[in-house]
Amino acid sequence: MSDSNKGPTRRQAHERKLKRRSMILAAISTSVVVAALVILIPLTPGWERVKQSFFNWDIVVRTFPKLLNAFLLDVAIFAWSVPLIAALGLAIALARDVRDPVFYPLRLFGILYTDIFRGVPVVLVVYLIGFGIPGLGLQRPFNSPYLWGTVALVLTYAAYVAEIFRSGIESIHASQRNAALSLGMSPSDTMRFVILPQAIRRVVPAQMNILIALQKDVALLSFIGPVEIFRQAGVFKSLLASFTPYVVAAAIFLVVTIPATRLADHMLAKQNRARS
Amino acid sequence: MKLQVKNVHKSFGHTKVLNGISLDVAEGEMTCLIGASGSGKSTLLRCINLLEPVDDGEIWLDGAEIADPALDPQPIRQRIGIVFQSFNLFPHMTAEENVMLAPRRIFKTSRDALRPTVEELFDRFGLKDRMHHYPDQLSGGQQQRVAIVRALAMKPEIMLFDEITSALDPELVNEVLQVLKSLKQDGMTMVLATHEMAFARDVADKVCFLDKGSILEQGTPADIFSNPRQERTRDFLARVLGPR
Repeated sequence: MSDSNKGPTRRQAHERKLKRRSMILAAISTSVVVAALVILIPLTPGWERVKQSFFNWDIVVRTFPKLLNAFLLDVAIFAWSVPLIAALGLAIALARDVRDPVFYPLRLFGILYTDIFRGVPVVLVVYLIGFGIPGLGLQRPFNSPYLWGTVALVLTYAAYVAEIFRSGIESIHASQRNAALSLGMSPSDTMRFVILPQAIRRVVPAQMNILIALQKDVALLSFIGPVEIFRQAGVFKSLLASFTPYVVAAAIFLVVTIPATRLADHMLAKQNRARS
Repeated sequence: MKLQVKNVHKSFGHTKVLNGISLDVAEGEMTCLIGASGSGKSTLLRCINLLEPVDDGEIWLDGAEIADPALDPQPIRQRIGIVFQSFNLFPHMTAEENVMLAPRRIFKTSRDALRPTVEELFDRFGLKDRMHHYPDQLSGGQQQRVAIVRALAMKPEIMLFDEITSALDPELVNEVLQVLKSLKQDGMTMVLATHEMAFARDVADKVCFLDKGSILEQGTPADIFSNPRQERTRDFLARVLGPR
């Protein structure tokens, strides 16, 4: 039986063969597709023009520093929105779980809130709040597009975050709640010390995905004023009559979002493994 | 009487689980509830702890009614400890934090003030080197002993045990049953739902046989195990103990 130290078992040898074959197949099919794209796309009639306006290296070099600088504004808006979204989202999630009849209005508000802000496109919320509220004739600093743009993002994303927190709270088994209550703990202490810490940990990967979406949606604020990366790219487009700045902007986003997506996927996979 | 259950009824939907059950538990006594699965043992314990509201009937603890729906259950639950079949430790806390959480929040005692008592409990039940472990780093028997310590840290007047050895590997059952013996020597009033017939026979003061949500027969272990009067009790014992 202990032949295993003399070399691979029959099954190991078989699996190795299968693996080698599938790697060769994958390599061949990938090179065929890539070769086809590289050969065929330049044959299209408009390729020279597209290359000029979207992939102009000189323009990449000229616009990159300013675009990167504008991207820092996106990062800043993202950074101050996240804690606000987390706090409001958690508050809404808890409001929807309140059972006391006195606080029924709070629960109703939570339900209405999530329904409305999950149902309206983010760009519309940004427009309505970003133009609507300063339109009331408020004085500085209360007419700032940064302020109302942030408010629009926070309101929208808190609705999604609240739903995820709620699914986390509901995923904690009732026996945990019973164990805490049976010791004589109050329902609010039970939520705070027993349910929430477990629920929040469980939904971290899902919330990461929401944050990635938020990072991209910060660009929507460009519609109401702030010169962040998307708007800066638009300025360059008009100035240089080239779409290349948009490609640069997209690349800058990807540098941030791809690692973040991988991290979220990794955390989710780890959690699934731990639970099974 | 320390605890009196009087004619308690409880249904889940259309299923009647407790059908007019009555039970007296004297101070310092160990009462074992035996009976088939679904006979109502667990539900009775959960009703005494007020985790399940009773539909009808009364429960008295130390001469005061506790099952009145108008009462706040929190201060009553603090006086009644319960340990569950599936341990139900808080997985995000160490053993020590599991034990300290409720007394810290309820009595507003500091960690430092609690530590001597808690350490003594851990030490007493052979868990001293496990205080800073998380539940998933402990064996089933250790987890269940931590759960018992957690309930004891509230200094309850009475302890309820809901089939606390049923989820354990056979070789771990004894270490948990030893804890119960030790508590009995302290004079703790205890009610157990259990399938450990040998333990019930050797240690209990009173054994109650539950059938279809009521107590069909009760008495000393000698009465029930050696001389059961009811046909159904005899059947049940023959099935669990096997031919003799």
